[in-house]
Amino acid sequence: MTLLDHVPSEAQLRRSAYRRRQTVYSVLVAASSTAALGTLLVIAVTGAPGWDRVRRSFLDPEIARDALPTVLSGLWLNVRLLVCCAAGALLLGLVIAVLRTLRGPVFFPVRALAAGYTYTFRGLPLIIVLYLLTLGVPGLRLQGMPPVLVLGGIALVLTYGGYLAEVFRAGIESVHSSQLAAARSLGLTHRQTMRHVVLPQAVRRVAPPLLNDVVALQKDVGLVSLAGPIDAVRAAQIATAQTFNYTPYIVAGVLFVLLAIPLIAVTDWVTLRAARRQSGG
Amino acid sequence: MASSSRLLALTLAGAAVVATAGCAPQDENPTPVVTAPPSCAKDSLPTRTPGKLTIATDQPAYEPWFSDDKPDNGEGFESAVAYAVAEKLGYARADVTWVRVKFDTAIAPGPKDFDFDINQFSITEERKQAVDFSAPYYLVRQTVIALKSSKIAGRTSLADLRDARLGAQVGTTSYQAITDVIKPAAKPQVYNSNDDAKKALQNGQLDGLVVDLPTAFYITGAEITDAEIVGQVPQVGTPEAFGLLLDKNSPLTSCVTGAVGQLTSAGTLKELEQKWLAQVAGAAELR
Repeated sequence: MTLLDHVPSEAQLRRSAYRRRQTVYSVLVAASSTAALGTLLVIAVTGAPGWDRVRRSFLDPEIARDALPTVLSGLWLNVRLLVCCAAGALLLGLVIAVLRTLRGPVFFPVRALAAGYTYTFRGLPLIIVLYLLTLGVPGLRLQGMPPVLVLGGIALVLTYGGYLAEVFRAGIESVHSSQLAAARSLGLTHRQTMRHVVLPQAVRRVAPPLLNDVVALQKDVGLVSLAGPIDAVRAAQIATAQTFNYTPYIVAGVLFVLLAIPLIAVTDWVTLRAARRQSGG
Repeated sequence: MASSSRLLALTLAGAAVVATAGCAPQDENPTPVVTAPPSCAKDSLPTRTPGKLTIATDQPAYEPWFSDDKPDNGEGFESAVAYAVAEKLGYARADVTWVRVKFDTAIAPGPKDFDFDINQFSITEERKQAVDFSAPYYLVRQTVIALKSSKIAGRTSLADLRDARLGAQVGTTSYQAITDVIKPAAKPQVYNSNDDAKKALQNGQLDGLVVDLPTAFYITGAEITDAEIVGQVPQVGTPEAFGLLLDKNSPLTSCVTGAVGQLTSAGTLKELEQKWLAQVAGAAELR
């Protein structure tokens, strides 16, 4: 495995040069076809008879400027919720997945509970979970009831924890059983096997779908607004109701995309890295 | 290639959004015009029964708009307004006959069994296609309601509400009343519907809920009976307006509108509002 003094052959050099040329070529083709399509779309949209009306009601710069501060302050709520809920849901998902993969008849009730949880919360619409927790639970009028934001966060964690648990489980079960056998034959306990052998491989394999679910969560955290708090979309809705102009929604939409881009970029990068590593290229 | 196909998808999605957006609602602001009637003498008025005035309302007629489901007793805000209008047109109390007409029947197009109907009809462009409305006799006010156990129950001034957690339905004049008039220190809570907001009020997640006065009467009277009206907020935004309903192109419309106009300018309507809505129904004014 001494790659240091590896000298590529003539054929290999020709091959890489050819590949480089092909890459440049395909980038150029992609760029020009995108530009052509973009131009066509711009002409089609701006040439439409109602374009002026649409532009006034969706792309009014003055209304956008007025709405920006309130939408931004709403977005801050989304961001804080996202960070807390993503962490909570990942942790809960991992725990549930591990519980679901416990072996042995003793653990049957634990497995059944964990399975029941994933079935229930993947099936329940998020809005219903939110209603139950943010308007139903406070109705019990218990002492020390947490604020509505915390309750909403719990609803999000419960729902997304269900999805993430299944992703983690898929990762855990994708680790070949020979790995487990090898680990056990080395004298590792079940717990050690999970911790040092199975989970590191499992988490790495399912990182792309996990991050994908986090991106989805980013859009759903705003649903806590149905219990009262004003998030970015609600702030846009209020501004829209006051001005009869939909520009604030576009403002919120753009902010959401900007927020998602780093996360999506990380997802793509992780996916690419995982694919390269697995194909050994 | 992956990134360019995503760009394409985004552009297409953007185009789809723009394409579906063609039907944005327009801000319509109906302002009924008060015109002076040409000749509204009692004898020349083409009422259903000459010399008599036939006024309609629904059955049952609710408090505080009517009293004891008896529109002819002159008690309750709308009964009082109806008699005041009749008087302006020259009809004595004995000349007024009441008939009962269902709300939905009244706003539907078709022949009417009444000269005018008074039943909390909001004046809307859509309804104007089927019926006539007089000038508004009441502009709907926003009110704060709270549980009787709430810390803001019994408060009397707007300044007293600054420390309250208030809520309202999204996109309503009620929300505007919180942000523009009451201006509480805590951010208002906003709900998709009044039903969600009522739940939060019952749970104690809100100190007070802002709704319009008719809704407040309904909520405190029928839905959440351990709630009360704290008070009415000064006029805000574009208020909903109640008008007397008449047959489409009724020859009486201009005369009735004229009578309502006179009652407005003489301050009679304001007095009746004070007497029947603020004092009797307990919706005092917050200042």
